[in-house]
Amino acid sequence: MSDLPVLKGVLVLLACQLAGELVVRLLGLEVPGPVVGMVVFLVVLRVSRPRPSSGLVRGPALLLRHLQLLFVPAGVGVIVYLDELRDDALPLAAGLWLSWLLGLAVTGAVVASLARLDGRRGR
Amino acid sequence: MTPLLGWHPSETWDWLSTSPLFGLTLTLGAYAVGRWAHRRTGNAVLQPVLVAIVLIGAVLLVADVPYRDYLAGGSFVSFWLGPATVALALPLHQEWHLVRRSAAPVLAGVAAGAVVSIVSAVLVTRFAGGGDDLELTMAPKAVTTPVSIALSEQIGGIPALTAVLTILAGITGAVAGPWVLDRLRIRDPRARGIAIGAVSHGIGTSRALQEGRTVGAFSALSMALSALATSLLVPALLLLR
Repeated sequence: MSDLPVLKGVLVLLACQLAGELVVRLLGLEVPGPVVGMVVFLVVLRVSRPRPSSGLVRGPALLLRHLQLLFVPAGVGVIVYLDELRDDALPLAAGLWLSWLLGLAVTGAVVASLARLDGRRGR
Repeated sequence: MTPLLGWHPSETWDWLSTSPLFGLTLTLGAYAVGRWAHRRTGNAVLQPVLVAIVLIGAVLLVADVPYRDYLAGGSFVSFWLGPATVALALPLHQEWHLVRRSAAPVLAGVAAGAVVSIVSAVLVTRFAGGGDDLELTMAPKAVTTPVSIALSEQIGGIPALTAVLTILAGITGAVAGPWVLDRLRIRDPRARGIAIGAVSHGIGTSRALQEGRTVGAFSALSMALSALATSLLVPALLLLR
């Protein structure tokens, strides 16, 4: 299979991000450009309904398969910073992980129970 | 006359450690090792992102390379986070029939998640002995880095520290999110995705995508909506402090 479609897909992603960044700056919005770009790309996908073999699917799929790679450099920054956190380790660790756990549990429970209700009503 | 051939280890190292080639090769190499370890062991804790971060951190520490020099190459990789965020529209598009049907539970879940995340972050940090600035630094930690950093700045937290906490929240979700949801017996893929995206943004979403397309799509959706909800709620909730 030719890789040209993948290149085209990546080009479309860059174009959508560029559109998002421009909109955010021109209108002075407080959202990140890529998030607006995601909405733009969603519209492109809904309208064009590309086949699975199309670059519009294969380009993004390639990036998403390696999404973890893209967070590595920022994560390395954390390691460098860790030493400076020692003095406040307890409140930071407790605040981070307890709040993470509560947020995860509540969000999951709310969606699961409402989705169950919805499903029952639908039947 | 200078000899034709010499031996210049320190000049070579000076060049190498500040060259983008170093950070870029190290990043891709460590990620390849991480993927290999993840596949080989099947251990969910060995997420490639975590393995790679630890490996690179160790190399930088041992070789005494400053983070800024590493970023000369590392930033080539981080650049693609923008296009990858745009790419998250793909799973949303593919799962659109489910997304459209689940609007009410999704919106309720995201709103509840944002309120609980912010309030509990502030209160737990306070009761564990953190000062005012730490509470404010912790408040926006659940959402994607560009938003959490901007919010931290806006409310008077420490943006650099918020960035660190945000990434740690993400890695926690990638490593432990699905495991915790199993223990809580939350099995609906939509609920799992929304929950992971709400507290662990893009890094959690990278794990959610491994769990399946539906979980990944709802995690991506949740990460975007949570960023929005948190931007609105953080300043409002902090007025009540």
